Amino acid sequence: MSETGIGARVKRVEDQRFLTGQGNYTDDINRPNQTYAHILRSPHAHARIRSLDTAEAAASAGVVAVFTGKDIADSGVGGLPCGWQIHSKDGSPMAEPAHPMLVADKVRHVGDQVAMVIAETRDQARDAAEKIVVDYEALPSVTATDVAIKDGAPLVHDEVALNTCYDWELGDKAATEAGFANAAHVVKVDVVNNRIIPNAMEPRVALGDYDGSTGDYTLFTTSQNPHVIRLLMGAFVLQIPEHKLRVMAPDVGGGFGSKIFHYAEEALVTWAARKLGRPVKWTSDRSEAFMTDAHGRDHRTHAELAIDGDGKFLALRVSTLANMGAYLSTFATSIPTYLSATLLAGVYTTPAIYSEVRAVFTNTVPVDAVRGAGRPETTYMLERLVDQAAKQTGIDRAELRRRNFIQPEQMPYQTPVALQYDVGDYPAVFEAGLAAADYSGFAGRKAETESRGKLRGLGISTYIEACGIAPSAVAGALGARAGLYESAQVRVHPTGSVTLFTGSHSHGQGHETTFAQVVSEMLGVPFESVDVSHGDTAKVQFGMGTYGSRSLAVGGSAIYKACEKIIDKATKIAAHILEASEADIEFKDGNFTVAGTDKSMAFGEVALAAYVPHNFPHETLEPGLDENAFYDPLNFSFPSGCHICEVEVDPETGVVDVAKFTAVDDIGRVVNPMIVEGQVHGGVVHGIGQALLEGCKYDENGQLLTGSYMDYTMPRADDMPFITVEQKSVMGASNPLEVKGVGEVGAIGSPPAVINAVVDALGPLGVSDVAMPATPMTVWQAIQEAQAH
Amino acid sequence: MPTVSMTVNGKSVSADVESRTLLVQFLREHLALTGTHVGCDTSQCGACVVHVNGVSAKSCTMLAIQADGADVATIEGLDDNGTLHPMQEAFRDNHGLQCGFCTPGMVMSALDLVKNNPSPSEQDVREWLEGNICRCTGYHNIVKAIQAGAAAMRG
Repeated sequence: MSETGIGARVKRVEDQRFLTGQGNYTDDINRPNQTYAHILRSPHAHARIRSLDTAEAAASAGVVAVFTGKDIADSGVGGLPCGWQIHSKDGSPMAEPAHPMLVADKVRHVGDQVAMVIAETRDQARDAAEKIVVDYEALPSVTATDVAIKDGAPLVHDEVALNTCYDWELGDKAATEAGFANAAHVVKVDVVNNRIIPNAMEPRVALGDYDGSTGDYTLFTTSQNPHVIRLLMGAFVLQIPEHKLRVMAPDVGGGFGSKIFHYAEEALVTWAARKLGRPVKWTSDRSEAFMTDAHGRDHRTHAELAIDGDGKFLALRVSTLANMGAYLSTFATSIPTYLSATLLAGVYTTPAIYSEVRAVFTNTVPVDAVRGAGRPETTYMLERLVDQAAKQTGIDRAELRRRNFIQPEQMPYQTPVALQYDVGDYPAVFEAGLAAADYSGFAGRKAETESRGKLRGLGISTYIEACGIAPSAVAGALGARAGLYESAQVRVHPTGSVTLFTGSHSHGQGHETTFAQVVSEMLGVPFESVDVSHGDTAKVQFGMGTYGSRSLAVGGSAIYKACEKIIDKATKIAAHILEASEADIEFKDGNFTVAGTDKSMAFGEVALAAYVPHNFPHETLEPGLDENAFYDPLNFSFPSGCHICEVEVDPETGVVDVAKFTAVDDIGRVVNPMIVEGQVHGGVVHGIGQALLEGCKYDENGQLLTGSYMDYTMPRADDMPFITVEQKSVMGASNPLEVKGVGEVGAIGSPPAVINAVVDALGPLGVSDVAMPATPMTVWQAIQEAQAH
Repeated sequence: MPTVSMTVNGKSVSADVESRTLLVQFLREHLALTGTHVGCDTSQCGACVVHVNGVSAKSCTMLAIQADGADVATIEGLDDNGTLHPMQEAFRDNHGLQCGFCTPGMVMSALDLVKNNPSPSEQDVREWLEGNICRCTGYHNIVKAIQAGAAAMRG
């Protein structure tokens, strides 16, 4: 292994600019003659707009224009599209109500966009917006899914009965019922996967520009997938052909899913830039982010597990209510279905599984993917269920898991819920997790904790994740309205340096480093000679973007393929110049050598020859060394892992301290261990945040109570311990780099490990379940209730 | 509009600003020093931390006119022609940043900690960072970076 190749702990190239304040985030960009947009938002969860008077605002100092929902409707532009169609059990397509850029008739959640004021300065736009008079007729609202599906509940969309978007199923119901008929034990849990708010540290920004002389539009936006935004906004909302629309997402300050989706503000500023003939910039403040960035999770699930007398799982049935919020966000519909229910086997051999999911509209912010997206929900339910099963059957929780693991020799393993796992060794990963966590030493640590008057618990979780999303054919068959491949272009310059153009977007993942390591290793060129370019539809041929831990598994594979094409072409050139047959050329360590001779050309010499083709046979050999590739995966990739958490609980106050956290993950080949460890740290803390701190709350009127960092508890440094991170890599994943994905594993594995630990700690007090987030109040109340019984 | 004058990263600057202009707006919009970021509107996240007269301050929570006559230091003034300050270098060496958005505030805040506590313990660092939020790193490598940076600055 070289110092900068695959597997090396290379320091990140992007850090220099971030550490010196030279990052180029969207809000750092300004255009000549720029105007500023402010969006007037609904203060009501649900209200009819009786009238709207913008006259005083329009006459306000510095105001350039005021636009309302009526202006949008009159202009004939489309609404925001949903990218995944789900069909209900009865075969009917999901309800897909309109999602306008500005609403004209009624508002459906606090934060819904009502009008846009554009002015010479941001403060002028904000001042003017306060002068818009909206006469609202407040309507009854509904925020909880179990209430929204009842007869007589307020209807978020008048045309959608029982607020039901779809009622979907997966799995063999009859086989599952048969499993239950033979069960020695039936274990049941009801779990709520709490709604969380993504909170990338950079708020969203959109800056639209229009060049009247060419008819070209430009949008700078905080996106994880600029090409997808170009496609959705251009084709479905504004009807701008792609060659006239450039979307750029420069440095982006974190995404965690929330910057996948196409948001109204992106289309609004682009649309208005043409109307006004001036650039229009919108910058979200944090309060807006809380009520407009798509939220995550919000599942209520009832699950039952049938177990035989030996502790083998026989069947699993699961019923989930999934909150969609007020409108369908871009990929909302796929999260509780194909990204969640398809993982219900977990790492276990449960032979029969049946799942039903009812997706429900409510008067809340739209819900979509947040780090993990569907897989944390399934993992949390499953691992709570397994712990409960251990308690009920009296079988040790580690032993019960061991009895049910899919064994490595069963690979490839077809689950009863559509997926085929390609490779994995769950028993080995599990044992590695127990060893890394010093599982056998727990009793000693528990005694020490108890000597200080506190309780100590240990929680185990195992998980599997499907990522590298996905083979386009599979996704298409399941309702995706997009392909899910990735593209890469490797441009070798005449002097041998390389620019890689990738459709994967980096917003913290360190692609500029990791991808350069891959190219450097494959082409044998110095790491420093490789530049990575991304985030600009005018530079990068195409891209499906970054989400679902797909960048290296899919985007990296496209890079691999493009590099192979470069090597093929360079081999042809070398063969021509060295007067040898192509078959005799060996490429190693950056040199093309005629086998068995000392005739050799360095990669840089071949590159120069490619651009100075004085004697090329032009019929058979083109000049240049620039190749592109599209890669569509053969399968998902399947990281797995074992996370173990130890907590200390103060029984007097209910305060939970995470005393020790160990994550052992199989993510396949590791390109940069330093970056991988950082991804796991961040994911684990995101998950601990969900388990202990973060919970989005609405009041009975649909007001968002957790609308700022004063009210919504983000993990702080002093809430968290150091995390022990190890890899137990199993090779053989279905992509050329044999990588599996790491961005989400931490957020998937950690919440059940934390809650299982809290429940374990409180077991002696009679507590059998604690809801997320397990705040001091929640824990204290659980203790009081258990003691009262 | 009042005129404000201050020293920013060693240079004298002066501009006419609206009274309500925040220091962070003045830095970003008038001086184009966009390394200082705005991550919230309740003085919680710390992405906007700069030094005012040698003390860390949230530049979203003071008016530009409050900094009239002050000596202000931002992230752009730390490195020496591209050679990183030891604290910046420690963040790079320890992978103490991912998306980079909270990073300038983290570094500026860390320097104020180390000025008063040259050898901070893990707990000292974690408690000091109460006013700086990061969503990417889980703080693990930030804590390590600050301890390493402090050690490097001690020499």
